[in-house]
Amino acid sequence: MKVELEADKCVASGQCVLAAMDVFDQDDDGIAVLLDERPADENLDGVREAVAICPAAAIRLVDQ
Amino acid sequence: MADTLTGRTSEAPDAVPEFPMPRQSRCPFDPPPSLKDLQREGPLAKVRLWDGSESWLVTRYAEQRALLGDPRVSADTDRPGYPTKASPEAGEGKLSFIMMDDPEHARLRRMVTAPFAVKKVEALRPAVQRIVDGLIDDLLAGPAPVDLVDAFALPIPSLVICELLGVPYEEHDFFQEHTRTMVRTTATPEERGAASREVAGYLAGVVGKRIAEPRGDLLSSIAGRVTAGELTHQQATEMALLLLIAGHETTANMIALGTLALLQHPDQLALLRESDDPRLVASAVEELLRYLHITHLGRRRAVTEDIEIAGRLIKAGEGVIMVNEIGNRDPEAFADPDRLDITRDARRHVAFGFGVHQCLGQPLARMELQVVYGTLYKRIPTLKLAGDLRDVRFKTDAFIYGVHELPVSW
Ligand code: SF4
Repeated sequence: MKVELEADKCVASGQCVLAAMDVFDQDDDGIAVLLDERPADENLDGVREAVAICPAAAIRLVDQ
Repeated sequence: MADTLTGRTSEAPDAVPEFPMPRQSRCPFDPPPSLKDLQREGPLAKVRLWDGSESWLVTRYAEQRALLGDPRVSADTDRPGYPTKASPEAGEGKLSFIMMDDPEHARLRRMVTAPFAVKKVEALRPAVQRIVDGLIDDLLAGPAPVDLVDAFALPIPSLVICELLGVPYEEHDFFQEHTRTMVRTTATPEERGAASREVAGYLAGVVGKRIAEPRGDLLSSIAGRVTAGELTHQQATEMALLLLIAGHETTANMIALGTLALLQHPDQLALLRESDDPRLVASAVEELLRYLHITHLGRRRAVTEDIEIAGRLIKAGEGVIMVNEIGNRDPEAFADPDRLDITRDARRHVAFGFGVHQCLGQPLARMELQVVYGTLYKRIPTLKLAGDLRDVRFKTDAFIYGVHELPVSW
């Protein structure tokens, strides 16, 4: 599974960081940064939560 | 008429319900029963507003999220069909980027996102803990009963946002009084306008000082944008006003109303008081945000292009109101939604809105509420309401729901 982040869309809500700290961080302006494109299985639930709660629909989890 | 679809063919146009509906005084935490009825009937309903105009009310969670995330709905209060809460919306002028659309909205919002990043907010936690502990020390040393709003709930977010913005807290009486007028629905447009001008004038002065002499605070960084030619002094002032108001009323009401809700649900309060697990505290914060929903008048938008949703056509030039308090009580989204259960996973609530306008200050609000809910009831385990629930005055007359006062003793 691969995580895709469209940082252009990000509105810096920080929801992804709260849902999956090991996968997402924020830059100096609060915009999301992807730390790990291919997260380990134990982090996938957090990523799914991030996909569901990201208000800007900026995160996707793709099967590949 | 839209209602023919739900089979209520006898519905005449003058039978369109008025919004907002009255709450039922005996369940101050629940949305108005007629709002729940509308939700049961379908995700969309037509309502009549204060000025006689009609708007769509979006009652269900899925449709609310879809529309709040849809670029064909506009937050611009000047658009035709925008359902205003009262006239004028918040005194005069626009309340900065929350009343704008992208790309201008994104450009302005990004100027102030930095201090609200999760890790920056976490770094403030010890300072907020000190503020909360200090206020509890004062409560315990002072007389009881005491008004928890005045002595505790309001000073916390006020101190924090003043510190972050770089506004002198000594002036808080002045701007708290005026921001209260600005969010009071029973204030006349003239009164709201005058209050907003007072605070804006004051903030324009502070911005001016920070242009001349920058410090390390958020107002200095906004002032720096004026110097760089990216913002006018007026835009900078509107932004400061937005952050100051948003930082005050919302969190303060969540502290006071949340405390009252917990006092009315002793089993939930006991769970919270007896646990040392920060995850339970965090989950209690999310659940109270879901359950209480203090922004009770909904997220409002104007539709700029026809949208088909839930089998209906919402036309360009019509207004939509995503009334989140009922979205958060949608049984399709949350099981047994009318039950306060601090152990449930409520993170998907729409208390902070959804889409590009979702609350910028939410990491800060969460952290402040976690410190409060994780500290107050442990340090004052016998905290109780002083007097009768029936005497508590609820803020049905304000844009933000809560209590006017909360007399407590211990
Ligand atoms: S949840 Fe979405 S909008 Fe919020 S910081 Fe993460 S990517 Fe950005």
